[in-house]
Amino acid sequence: MAAPKPRVKVPKTASAGDIITIKTLISHTMESGQRKDKDGKPIPRKIINKFTCEFNGQKVFECDLDPAISANPFFEFNAKVNESGAFKFTWVDDDGSVYSSESKIEVK
Amino acid sequence: MTRLTRRQFGSVALVSAVALGVPVYLRAQAKPRVVVVGGGAGGATAAHFLARDSAGAIDVTLIDNSDVHTTCFFSNLYLGGYRSFDSITHTYGRLEAEYGITKRTGRAIAIERDANTVVMEDGRRLEYDRLILSPGISFIWDSVPGYSREASKIAPHAWKAGPQTQLLKAKLDALEDGQNIVMVPPPNPYRCPPAPYERVSMMAHVLRSKGYRNSTITILDPKEKFSKQGLFQEGWENHYPGMIEWIGPGIHGGILSVDVEAGAVETDFDTFEGALLNIIPAQRAGGIAQVAGLTDDSGYCPVDADSMRSRMDRNIHVIGDAAIAGAMPKSAFAANSQARVVANHVLGELTGWKIFPAHYSNTCWSLIDADDAVKVGAEYEPRDGAIVSIHSVISQLQEDASLRKANYEEALGWYAGITADMFG
Repeated sequence: MAAPKPRVKVPKTASAGDIITIKTLISHTMESGQRKDKDGKPIPRKIINKFTCEFNGQKVFECDLDPAISANPFFEFNAKVNESGAFKFTWVDDDGSVYSSESKIEVK
Repeated sequence: MTRLTRRQFGSVALVSAVALGVPVYLRAQAKPRVVVVGGGAGGATAAHFLARDSAGAIDVTLIDNSDVHTTCFFSNLYLGGYRSFDSITHTYGRLEAEYGITKRTGRAIAIERDANTVVMEDGRRLEYDRLILSPGISFIWDSVPGYSREASKIAPHAWKAGPQTQLLKAKLDALEDGQNIVMVPPPNPYRCPPAPYERVSMMAHVLRSKGYRNSTITILDPKEKFSKQGLFQEGWENHYPGMIEWIGPGIHGGILSVDVEAGAVETDFDTFEGALLNIIPAQRAGGIAQVAGLTDDSGYCPVDADSMRSRMDRNIHVIGDAAIAGAMPKSAFAANSQARVVANHVLGELTGWKIFPAHYSNTCWSLIDADDAVKVGAEYEPRDGAIVSIHSVISQLQEDASLRKANYEEALGWYAGITADMFG
């Protein structure tokens, strides 16, 4: 299958002290480990198990994901910004793969 | 002289033992004239049944702008490689030769309602005692900013079967592994609610059949939910894991624009790129219904629940996708069912045959992968002026494969039946 593709929406600009809305979406099957294939054999679990968001190296949001979460997990959350910088988003896969994305914001 | 086939005999006997096969003329002076506009599932069925059941007592004219008709239903199976284009393309020859229907090829562009006359683009004028209007849908092109009739030559809608369907198939077949598809389905109400999602299934089937592992299909839906959603999503996980991503408006935040040259759809959330864009705009009743003033604010035609008679004009019945048929979806099955009711109604009014109480039905089958078809269906009746569902069925999650295969075979049987209803 195609490699998971992360997508992120962060405002390009904000005023100091603004509370901004961040949206993230990653394409991923989130295979729960509970399903069986056509031959009756269990399909191994393969999910994104952790998502983090850092701003200028400081953690602002973190979340553990469990097998019951649907395919293509979507997060929408708020963050208060006081200075210009970069958000770094990281998704950790069961197989050890790490997918990441970065978005800059200019704070006036 | 009226000839009666064995098949007709049964229905005639049911209708009236008195008027055995020889309909009574209420108008003594001339044969009543019925004009049918639109030769699809509604119009062709209505013309066929009226001509057949009136056995020559009604002069039936069918107007369609083409001599051949490619059915929209099963066009997804053509995309998926299950049907040839020829097998879903039909002619009106038998309706003319065997049922005495006059076929007029060309566009009906106006209805002079005061004069009970249909005006065609080439200037021909056809008078009617009853008009059955089955014009299907027209597109609201700018419902997707950046999309247009011109743009559809690059990013096909393929929501009217014909060259658009062939263009979509050609573009699908030309994709290479790693190239992506982006579909924008229409908002409600539109022709054939489950069809965008069956189409996605068939496109995925083609990609997987070619061994592609890196291509994806993204659906940017203007709707928060869709027909048979659970069944489709379960099927996609089973047959095409990781290939299909459905994104509703709660996530994409709205479709802002499409650039067919660049192969990009911009949403409030992000820009989605695809080598193949399938953009299906919002819809309303076919143009002639708009021009003739038969539509309301919804863009579709309000009708009486018991007869599909237009609420704007008592000499006109509107059937199929153009009509507001209460709980019934816009589908070929529904149009065919409405056509039967209207044919009986018009026959009764013009010749004195018994008019039966209206009863409608619909089933939509969707093929997800080979031998895995799901269905949703219902029976409908008029109640307090509205068409309501009185009984319904829908496929269940995790059904037995034999049941899904039986659904597919049922759909094949239905196709044979409805095309016989339409084309004789």
